[in-house]
Amino acid sequence: MRAVVVTGSAWLPWSIAAVASLALLCLAIALAMTVGEMQIPLAVVMRALGNATLDLGYAVSPIQQGVLLDYRLSRALFAASCGGTLAVCGVILQALLRNPLAEPYLLGISAGASTGAVAVMVLGLGGAALGISGGALLGAVLAILTVALLAAGSGGTSERVILSGVAAAQIFNAATATIVTTFASAEQARGVMFWLLGSLGGVRWPDVWLAAPVTLVGFAICLAHARTLDAFTFGEDAAASLGVSIPRVRLVLFATTAAMTAIMVSIAGAVGFVGLLIPHAVRLVVGPRHIRLLPAALVTGAAFLVVADILSRTLIARQVLPIGVVTALFGAPAFALILTRARRRA
Amino acid sequence: MTLAARDVRWNAGGRMIVDGVTLAAAPGRMLGVVGPNGSGKSSLLRLLCGLRNVGSGVVTLDGGNIRDLPRRAIARRIASVEQHAGTQENVTVEDVVRLGRTPYRGALSPWTEADEAALERALAQVGMDLRRNQPWATLSGGERQRTQIARALAQEPSELILDEPTNHLDVRHQLDVLSLVRGLSITSIVALHDLNLAALFCDEVAILNEGRLVRSGPPAAVLTAALIQEVFGVHAEVHASEFSGRPHIEYRLD
Repeated sequence: MRAVVVTGSAWLPWSIAAVASLALLCLAIALAMTVGEMQIPLAVVMRALGNATLDLGYAVSPIQQGVLLDYRLSRALFAASCGGTLAVCGVILQALLRNPLAEPYLLGISAGASTGAVAVMVLGLGGAALGISGGALLGAVLAILTVALLAAGSGGTSERVILSGVAAAQIFNAATATIVTTFASAEQARGVMFWLLGSLGGVRWPDVWLAAPVTLVGFAICLAHARTLDAFTFGEDAAASLGVSIPRVRLVLFATTAAMTAIMVSIAGAVGFVGLLIPHAVRLVVGPRHIRLLPAALVTGAAFLVVADILSRTLIARQVLPIGVVTALFGAPAFALILTRARRRA
Repeated sequence: MTLAARDVRWNAGGRMIVDGVTLAAAPGRMLGVVGPNGSGKSSLLRLLCGLRNVGSGVVTLDGGNIRDLPRRAIARRIASVEQHAGTQENVTVEDVVRLGRTPYRGALSPWTEADEAALERALAQVGMDLRRNQPWATLSGGERQRTQIARALAQEPSELILDEPTNHLDVRHQLDVLSLVRGLSITSIVALHDLNLAALFCDEVAILNEGRLVRSGPPAAVLTAALIQEVFGVHAEVHASEFSGRPHIEYRLD
């Protein structure tokens, strides 16, 4: 069967929007690379990037070239990867649970991943075989199962799922605090607490090589489910009667979200509110269809966290705020706004 | 027989909700399911469209067990309209009706001419084609019901299942919705509260009480004063309407 031109003609504005937002994301990444202990002008950043990618042979001091490529580019790329991933996870969870408040942080998935990661870092759980990312993944899966159990026990409505998530987050945060206060040395404890608030300071290239594929593969899986997610508009029964196999879709998408969240948390700590704020903001612009919502959330979330990272290093002179603090600074008011909007609709 | 239930049972929370119901929908006809609150009407409908698995017994579609069919195959045959479909998403009428094409589309397949034709036909059938861009949140109860029916029709089903489609509608819209369903040349199974509407529109009526099928057959055979007294505990007088020739039920307050 031939595709209908009606939908084809709508492609042009969307592709322009896609190119424009990708360009903005690249600009944000370049700007982020100018910021740091040593300010480097944007022009130098561009030249260094030109040298690295196209071998253009511009004159850039080796120190600047080194700082830009070894530290700042990896940091900015990871920020983009992490922000995009968390925003996409928010979109998925909100659709599956039909709750505007669903996101990895509020549902306790980030807290579970933190506990898993800290258990590996401090207790040496699982040894080298498991690794911090593996520990985070285990923790995230454990958190999802905890939320599912709590929610099923309390009736399983979409409000109960969120309450269960809040409870699970408390449980896992308490577990993390117990591990840190009981078993960690003072120095370990300081490092862990800083990481828990969300920090991009330690990000290096290996982290990018881990995070970027997770983002891309996870995003591809989610995008392949775009129509399935649309079918959840009127709930699970409605989706099932439209031909969606609920158990399979739940398994695939919850597992994907858990993995995506866990990897980001294992590298940067629990960065909150991105998954809450970005999907809602993007939905206002591109509408509820997931085929547009998911890519838009990916790019916007990426740009948001890159900009948040810039702010974390510039808001207070000569000090770096944890990235989680900056996202909470913007996310918490947005959270309040969503709550009041939801109340007005009810 | 297209869609049929044979001795189906289903329990929830230790209580038997549907208790040994045997029922068949005649092709192209409208089957009404009536009964008091909690008599198992909605549960029976969910079993019939395969949304819940029967505890025992079997639901068959063209003679085959519905459990053996993939969800997508069922969705191309049976469409259902829930009692209270609601969403917080900012969707339009057209967005909702497009959902009806989900069972025909793969993850990457484009919107085809067949999809477009089904969408247009469904919108026109319920008379919502001129309001396709109206947001869901601004629709009245009757318009929402019609939009959901259009979504169901876009699935191009051979069986349509509706759970109390006239709930919360004024009398004009009740008649509109049921006339619309009756005018379709597909098999429909409709749960109804209003016995007069069931008598007026349905080809056959099944009456449920406490999960059991009390009787089924043509309205005149099922909606009798004795059965209404037995099942609903209400004193009624039933006579043939001089306009439609169908049973008309008057309730007595003694």
